[in-house]
Order: sequence, then C-alpha cells, then structure tokens
Amino acid sequence: MAVEDARPARATDRASLVNDPKVRGAVYQILLVLALAWLIWEIIDNTRTNLEQRNMATGWGFLDETAGFGIILNLVQYSEVSSYGRALFVGFLNTLLVAGIGVFFATVIGFIVGIARLSKNWVISRIAYVYIEVLRNIPLLLQIFFWYFAVLRAVPGKREMGTIIPGFHLNIAGLRGPAPVFQEGSTATVVAFILAVALTVAVKIWAGRRQAATGEQFPVLWTAIGLIVGLPLIIFLATGMPISISYPEFKETGPILMRGFQEGTGFVLIPEFLSLLLALSLYTATFIAEIVRAGILAVSHGQTEASYALGLRPGSTLRLVIIPQAMRVIIPPLTSQYLNLTKNSSLAVAIAYPDLVSVGGTVLNQTGQAIEIIAIWMLVYLTISLLTSAFMNWYNKRMALVER
Amino acid sequence: MTMKIMPLVLGAAVALAATAANAGTLDDVKAKGFVQCGVSQGLPGFSNPDDQGNWTGLDVDYCRALAAAIFNDPEKVKFSPLSAKERFTALQSGEIDVLPRNTTWTMSRDTALGLNFVGVNYYDGQGFMVRKSLGVASALELSGANVCTNTGTTTELNVADYFRSKDMPYQIVAFEKADEVVQAYDAGRCDVYTTDASGLYAQRLKLTNPDEHMVLPEIISKEPLGPVVRQGDDEWFNLAKWVHFATINAEELGVTSANVDEMKNSETPSIKRLLGTEGEYGKAIGLDNDWAYNVIKHVGNYGEIFERNVGPSTQLGIARGLNALWSKGGLQYAPPVR
Repeated sequence: MAVEDARPARATDRASLVNDPKVRGAVYQILLVLALAWLIWEIIDNTRTNLEQRNMATGWGFLDETAGFGIILNLVQYSEVSSYGRALFVGFLNTLLVAGIGVFFATVIGFIVGIARLSKNWVISRIAYVYIEVLRNIPLLLQIFFWYFAVLRAVPGKREMGTIIPGFHLNIAGLRGPAPVFQEGSTATVVAFILAVALTVAVKIWAGRRQAATGEQFPVLWTAIGLIVGLPLIIFLATGMPISISYPEFKETGPILMRGFQEGTGFVLIPEFLSLLLALSLYTATFIAEIVRAGILAVSHGQTEASYALGLRPGSTLRLVIIPQAMRVIIPPLTSQYLNLTKNSSLAVAIAYPDLVSVGGTVLNQTGQAIEIIAIWMLVYLTISLLTSAFMNWYNKRMALVER
Repeated sequence: MTMKIMPLVLGAAVALAATAANAGTLDDVKAKGFVQCGVSQGLPGFSNPDDQGNWTGLDVDYCRALAAAIFNDPEKVKFSPLSAKERFTALQSGEIDVLPRNTTWTMSRDTALGLNFVGVNYYDGQGFMVRKSLGVASALELSGANVCTNTGTTTELNVADYFRSKDMPYQIVAFEKADEVVQAYDAGRCDVYTTDASGLYAQRLKLTNPDEHMVLPEIISKEPLGPVVRQGDDEWFNLAKWVHFATINAEELGVTSANVDEMKNSETPSIKRLLGTEGEYGKAIGLDNDWAYNVIKHVGNYGEIFERNVGPSTQLGIARGLNALWSKGGLQYAPPVR
C-alpha cells in the first residue's frame, strides 16, 4: 500500500478499465463471491457423490425407527421402543436441564464470590481469590472427572442409606429426597401458587411506583411471604389436601440387586447429573466472579461516597447504587459465559450423562447417519446460543444507561 | 492485497476439488509407505499400547500382517486409537485404511454404513461381569441391576433387548470410553459390567482386585468381530480378505512362522499355492507372489497370533473354543487358495 501511495497521483487522463481501481475492486469482489459459492457447492456435491459411491444411507427417515437403547435420565416418556427422534429429544431436554440449572447456580455463586473478592475482610477476599484462581485454571474435563470419579468413590455404596439429613440420602446411585405427589384435585393448589407469584410481582411493581411518587414504603417482603405461602395453603386445605409426599423407600431384604432405594419413590438426582452440574457451575462461576468484580470496579468510587453521604448503608449502596450501574458492564461478558456453560455441557459424554451429544453419538453409531446427526447438533446448539444471546441483548438494552 | 489473496483462494479451491477423485486404497497405501490402522483405545489382547507405545494384540497383528503382505515389513503400520463412536466415521472419511477394532459384523453396518467386513478374526458373544460378593450366579438374577457399558455399540442394544425380553427392570449407564466404564464399575456405580466376553476378560485385568469379579456363564448374543474396510474399493477389500484367510489357511496347512522357510520346499500343492511357489496368486491382489509367505514369516498363522495375544498362556487365558479351526470343532474356516 505504502508503495502505491508513494507513486505520483494518477493523472486525470482516462485510465483504461483494467486500471480503474473501482472496477478492479468490484471485479475481485465478484470473483471472490463466485469462488466461495463454487467452493460451497463443490463441498456439498462432493459429499453427496461420496455418500452415493460408498452406499451410505442418507435422509431423515431414521428418526422414526426404533432406538432400542435405554437412557438413564428422561424427563419425558421414553423407553427402548421409542424412536431415535424421541431419544434425541430426551437428550436435548437433558442438555437444557443441566445448562439451565447450571446457569442459575453459576450466576448466584459468581455474584457472591465476585462481591466477596472485593470485601474489605481479608479472609473472605482471600478465600474468593483462591477459589477463583484454582478452579479457573484447571481444565473443565478434569473437574468433571474429579467430581464424578473421586467423589463417587467417597460416598456410601448403593445398598447403604447414606443419610445426610433426615429425608435426604446420598449414595453412589444418587441423591434422594422426598418428592411431592400430585393427586386428583391438586391443580387448584398449583394454580393458586402461580397466581400468588404473579400477584407478588404486581405488588412489587406497584410498591415501587408508589414509593417513587410518594416516598412511602410498602412491606413487599411480608406481603410476598403471605401470598406465596398463605394462598396455596388455604386452597390446599380447602380442597382436602390432595398433595402427598413420597419418601424414598429403602429395602434391606430380598434379592441383593433389588435392595437399596426403590425406583419410583421420592426424587432422585443421578450422580452423573450432580457431578456435571457441580463442575459446570463452579467452573463458570469463577469467570462470572471476575466479570462481576470488573463491573463493580468500573463504577466510579464517587458513587459509593455520594451514596454514603446520602446516608445509605453499605448493603443498600451495593444493591441500589453500585450493582445496577455495574450491570451495564457485566451483562455482555456474562452472556458469553452462559453460552460457554451451555456448550461445555456437551462434555457430559465423558461421564455418562445422557445429553444431546451423548445420545446423538449413540444414534449416530447405530444408524451411521453422521451428517444428519451433526447437523442436528449444530442446529440445536446454534439455536440455544442465539436465543440466549437475544434474551441477554434485550436485557442489556433495558439495563443500559438511558441517555437523554 | 486482493491481488495476492485471489490466486490463493482459487488455488485452494482447485486443490480441494482435485482430491475429490480418490485413487485406490492400495495405491495410496503404497505411496505413503504405511497402513493407517484404526484400533481400540486400549483393550489388552486385542490392541493395547505398552509403555513404550508399541501396540500388541490380535487386531494389531492383523494390521501387521497387512503391512507384511504389502511391504514385507510388519512395522510399516500407524495406529489410530478410536472410540466406538468415532470408528466408522474415521473409516468412511478415509482417515484410516482399515479398521480391525473388535467390531461386530451386523447387517446394518455391512449395508447402510458403506462398509465391508473382511471376515471374522474373533467369534465373540456378549457377557456380564459382576462382583463375586453379590452372590449372583446367573444373568437371570440381574433384575434391578445398574449396568455399565459403552455408548454406540451393539452391546448397548443387546443388553436392552435381553432385560426387556426377560422382563427385568434395569438402568443403563453408558460411557464413551472403555476406561471410564471400568472406573465407574470399579467405583461401584454399577452392579454389572457388560461388553463382549473377550473384552470383559481383558478389562478385568484393569480392576483394583480382578479376583473379586467374575464373568457370568450366559452369553446373550453373537458377536462376530472382524476387520472392516470401505465399500467401493474391491481391490483393497480382496487384499484385506485374503491376508486374513492366509493366516487361517496357514494354520490349517501347518505352516508356522518357524517352519515357513522349509515349507517353501514342500511338495503339497495347497502349500505351494499359498506360499507362492506355484501359480500367480499374488498378482491377483496387486502384490508379489510371496505375499502370504511374508505374512506368515513376520506375523505367523492364526493359531500363533491367537496364542500369543489372548490364548491360555497369556494373562487373558481365553480358550480357543469357537475360534478353533473348523477341522478341530471351531468356526474358523477360510476358502482355499486356488
């Protein structure tokens, strides 16, 4: 470029079309696009030809065929006679489950640790520092293996109760606890609960507006507790207590393989899920903690001083003044961490958690339809990521500083 | 800048298109000077690397036999350790030339996957391993068990079929790698470890206390294991088949790596044809006439390979059983060289 610039400016004489930089640029751009299009077409055509040549089956028909394999965790009805499509759906839900809960825990832990990292208390800030530095620098797969294999060996065996607190038991087959059983007529209670939550939100908004207008505060917390606990309780009692609790049942006699906790009693979280969730949330939380710290440090110290000057206590200052401003800095990188966590959940395959990649891999192997399965994988992860990103961008816009 | 990039882009595109037309696998192998062989990630007796990275095993010896036939050098092999899930894609995409990875010959794999099975180098069946302390004597008592296995294998389907047909409840915990299955089973996550019986004997060696575990007598499936090649290259398919058959024919004819030199002077016509002193059988598969001689000289016959890797004198201690020659009550049978 420098060489070209050094040349004397081109005279105004009519340059031939070949030498006209505008034309030349356009021609090259068109050539590049054509070459790219040709390349893509070539790849598709090549794949098709090779598939035909090697007699490999293609198409989506396999989704309706019987899967024939079992899956340890299924949120929807699934058995060995279900179809491959159903199996993939089960895997998809399992991915959403671990990613969703993982994002929640990672956010909570990340915020707590991030704030703790900035604490004036030396011990607390050191603990947060060590946690971040250690967990962030160990590869995630190793952490998954640690939580799965090392901890798995430490918990009681399958035929021991392993009670942690009454009603909750942890053994090698998973964490068990009481589960609600919804009988006939329980819908009213559930509806009442949802209604109470909606009402609470409404009260919160109303109270905020009222305070902004008149300065009077309203006891939102107590109202919320009253609504969320009280309303469903009244309905529950009025409809004749249709919800019962199922406790995990433990059998100590009978054929040895049938001993231990009985399936279908209480709830169970399988160890594969627990390990993956722990590893994902603890690992991602370290990054979120640093993002939170950066966000808080980005808010000018003058804001804290001003808020103290107004007589706000440190807790309120953090909650009402610092964090809302820090959120503007926090949200964009936070989105990336949510996306990372979701994508990292595919490491589940290493510890037998049946996520989309794990189940998809089995389907791939049984049917040999690599291109279709990989297309499904890419499409699903792309969709999840784009939706997360779209939601976070919307939230970011809401939180952004309103400039007038 | 564009001036410089354009030819590069176009050049890359042309190069990509050019590789689309593929030559025969044998020519490719000869050109690169070694056989790229897909094996398991470590299954003692079948394909297992030692601490120096030297691979040994029944499947590994098939690769070496192939290299000996082509190059007269059993060392001209490179190994790609593959998981059960990766193996077919690696073969289909041309990453490997041949896949002897204790792979079960099934109809769907033979037809819809674009693969060809060379033969059966080990007749196997799926079994169950449990802790002796459970006091279980038969697979029929496994009702309610947690079962550990590998994902993406016929094993996973067989176990589902078996428990369903016997109406026994079970839970499957499926890992991608065999090593993780062993670890999880060893930790007590599962009551049962299921895979091909040969695999159970091999993996048992990796457990903390191998003596505390036993393989149940039931074999719940047929698992003919054998090397696989891509469909659509008949020359390579023929060569792969006949290297396998040569080892079996050699055992049947009593030709071993020790006596192959004197056998070359044998007057028996079938030995003469096998060792290339009569006829032009090497040419038919694109090799020299002493291809089978090289295989037996360097690697040995099927019986020797079996004894060396999995036989009664090894740690695995597997009896010949179904894998004995047809003339000795087994199933190993090779078409004659003629």
